[in-house]
Amino acid sequence: MTILLFLIPAALALGAIGLAAFLWSLRNGQFDDLDGAAHRILVAEDRPKSSTDRNN
Amino acid sequence: MMTCCAIGPAIDAATLFAGDLEPWVTARPDGSRELALIIPGICSPESIPVIEGALERLPGLASARVNFTGKRVVAIWNDPSFKPAGITEKLSQLGFISRPFDPSYSGLKADDAQSSLLLRAVAVSGFAVANIMLLSVSVWSGAEGSTRDLFHWISAGIALPTVAYAGRPFFRSAIRALSSGQFNMDVPISLAVCLAALMSLYETFNHGEVAYFDASVTLLFFLLTGRYLDHLMRARARSSVSQLLSLSASSAMIEDVGGATRIIAATALQPQMKMLVAAGERLAADGVIILGTSEIDRSLLTGETNPEVVARGATVHAGMLNLTGPLSVTVTAAGQDTFLAEIICLMASAEQSRSRYVQIADKLARIYSPAVHILATLTLVGWLIWTGGDWHTSLMTAIAVLIITCPCALGLAVPAVQTVASGVLFRNGVMIKDGAALEKLSDVDSVIFDKTGTLTLGRPRLTNSSSLASSDLALAAGLARLSRHPLSRAVCEAANSRGIAPAAVENIEEQPGNGLSGYFDGRLVRLGSRRWCGLQENGCQGLPEFVLALGETTPAIFTFEDELRPDAPAVIAKLKAEGLRVEILSGDREAPVSRAASSLGIECWQAGVTPQQKLAYVQSLKEAGRKVLMVGDGLNDAPALAAGHTSMAPSSATDIGRTTADTIFMGESLMPLLVARDVAIATQRLSIQNFALAVGYNCLAVPVAMLGLASPLIAAVAMSTSSIIVIANSLRLGLGFSKQKTVVVTKPQPNSPGISIFERRAA
Repeated sequence: MTILLFLIPAALALGAIGLAAFLWSLRNGQFDDLDGAAHRILVAEDRPKSSTDRNN
Repeated sequence: MMTCCAIGPAIDAATLFAGDLEPWVTARPDGSRELALIIPGICSPESIPVIEGALERLPGLASARVNFTGKRVVAIWNDPSFKPAGITEKLSQLGFISRPFDPSYSGLKADDAQSSLLLRAVAVSGFAVANIMLLSVSVWSGAEGSTRDLFHWISAGIALPTVAYAGRPFFRSAIRALSSGQFNMDVPISLAVCLAALMSLYETFNHGEVAYFDASVTLLFFLLTGRYLDHLMRARARSSVSQLLSLSASSAMIEDVGGATRIIAATALQPQMKMLVAAGERLAADGVIILGTSEIDRSLLTGETNPEVVARGATVHAGMLNLTGPLSVTVTAAGQDTFLAEIICLMASAEQSRSRYVQIADKLARIYSPAVHILATLTLVGWLIWTGGDWHTSLMTAIAVLIITCPCALGLAVPAVQTVASGVLFRNGVMIKDGAALEKLSDVDSVIFDKTGTLTLGRPRLTNSSSLASSDLALAAGLARLSRHPLSRAVCEAANSRGIAPAAVENIEEQPGNGLSGYFDGRLVRLGSRRWCGLQENGCQGLPEFVLALGETTPAIFTFEDELRPDAPAVIAKLKAEGLRVEILSGDREAPVSRAASSLGIECWQAGVTPQQKLAYVQSLKEAGRKVLMVGDGLNDAPALAAGHTSMAPSSATDIGRTTADTIFMGESLMPLLVARDVAIATQRLSIQNFALAVGYNCLAVPVAMLGLASPLIAAVAMSTSSIIVIANSLRLGLGFSKQKTVVVTKPQPNSPGISIFERRAA
């Protein structure tokens, strides 16, 4: 049963990573403009990554 | 299918935010500064790179990011010498009207905070549910002794913080209700969640066989999902409405005694001030003209379509649009005393009668909440007597009753359907402000339309464009291209749609009340009234017209009509076929109203109606027991909109019309009205089905729980199943309507030199 000592923390950690990723993306504004993001991939010209893309 | 607001690129200096942008500029933590602007005209995603590209080329601007969902742009700059006015200027060159965006306006900021709190709670409880369920599966499959205890302790470690964190929305609301001596749905929920968690903790301490952390967390997860959906639906409605609402930050140019001019906020206007109104500006206050002659468009106030010539001594009201010449006006009333304020006052009284409306969900909640407590208490007492004081079993059964009666399915019944409905409607160009609007729309039996801007597009269109020589049209467009008169705009639009370039007419002069004159190839050319062009009046009543006279050639006659919305006849016929009573109540003159009524096949119409009469008429119908849907756009419709059982306004309506109406539809088509009604009826049907499902489930499950046949775990599973069934049933609405896309797509007009004066209304 000692395997539980590894498995349970591993399972919890994986879940926690998912949760943290979601909360981060929420805080980072990834969900602010869902329609715009869907269209941008089609209409926006490729341009070098700039630091301003996260500003909104 | 994409619905586009029929705004089109409009370069219209008067609707640009004339005031100082500085108050809206905010400092960012890194020392740079940012400005958020609403751009209602962003309809197509193609404009995203256009706007961003153009703005980022402005010298000094660090970045510009369009939020397409919110129809906003956020501009950021570091350079302290950068003038934010450059942004609005650039946007107007691109053909976009912009206004400063203030998130605290219309409660959007509080909405956002609440919404992200709920979403975080959903995420946390979802994480907890998944992990606790995992551990519970192990316990059920036969974990024993210290392993089971370990699993229970880990579950407790996850569940207790989750309950404390994710349960806050319910606890707060329950405490608020209790402290004011009332019960709401959140009281039994909080009780069930806390009791289940505490009982499980007690079990875990005593090495018990079963713990119910999973039950309490599952409960929270489902309830939070329902609440989030409900919130999403309301926030979506509110944010789309606030996109349409302009900030009432209009300003006015005044002239001091010494002759110096300055711009002040409209709210700072005082009687006796001298206000200068340029052509194309809307009046900010009521007043009397002391200098200048012009034509005034009062269609937003009265529904009257033909501009009126005004001169020295005439009284003008706030909200009127000055079309052709500059005016100096002595302010007679400002702020609280204007015509506008009077309308608002009328509306407030009409609103009161409407607020008594109670939604089905609320009605049910009032009975349900006390019933749950009584049932749970009865169970507890009954079991105590039956088992002779076995606290443990009695409390467990009572908790099972609380969980099983937990109003998840009931709580989801309406919000889930309404969220789906609002999504369907949004795709069809209809925005509803709250769920009650859907409920009210479904049982409407009379529809009253305003004419100007509602049944019609509110702007004249050249009716004989095809029979005019293209040289005449080119000449007329050349004369009219700089004029703001609606007929001039219609000429330019017609020329543009036929692909005719305006002729190079020089020395153009505009004579208010008469028309335009200019020189083409050295010859005098005139466009305007018959008299102005030297023709006999022919008494063609009601139909506005222009005459084009060039030298000695035979004058060409341009006739115009305020065009009906393209599918208005079909929509009216459908409404009548469904047995609804359809009427027109217009402030316009008799001739155009009767013409519109006869071409639409509406027998019952009234012309020349004042706002007070409209309100009185709607109220009298209401007293006669009719459920009136009022559809209107103008300031004069606002009180009637507020008084109706429910109300609709086109997105081109006045601010006040849009604020008052329960529902707003976009575009040039009237079809959204039918779609909205169909969706509302379907929504109502599904809500009632959901209630039946939820109540049926409770009738079945409550006796089982009270008899002690359901453990809290089974209760939680049953509760979840009923919630899922209700959600699945709600989603059927989306399936039924996804095929019925009936909206006419209105493309933004090609960028033309002509700018419709009425586009400002669409903004």
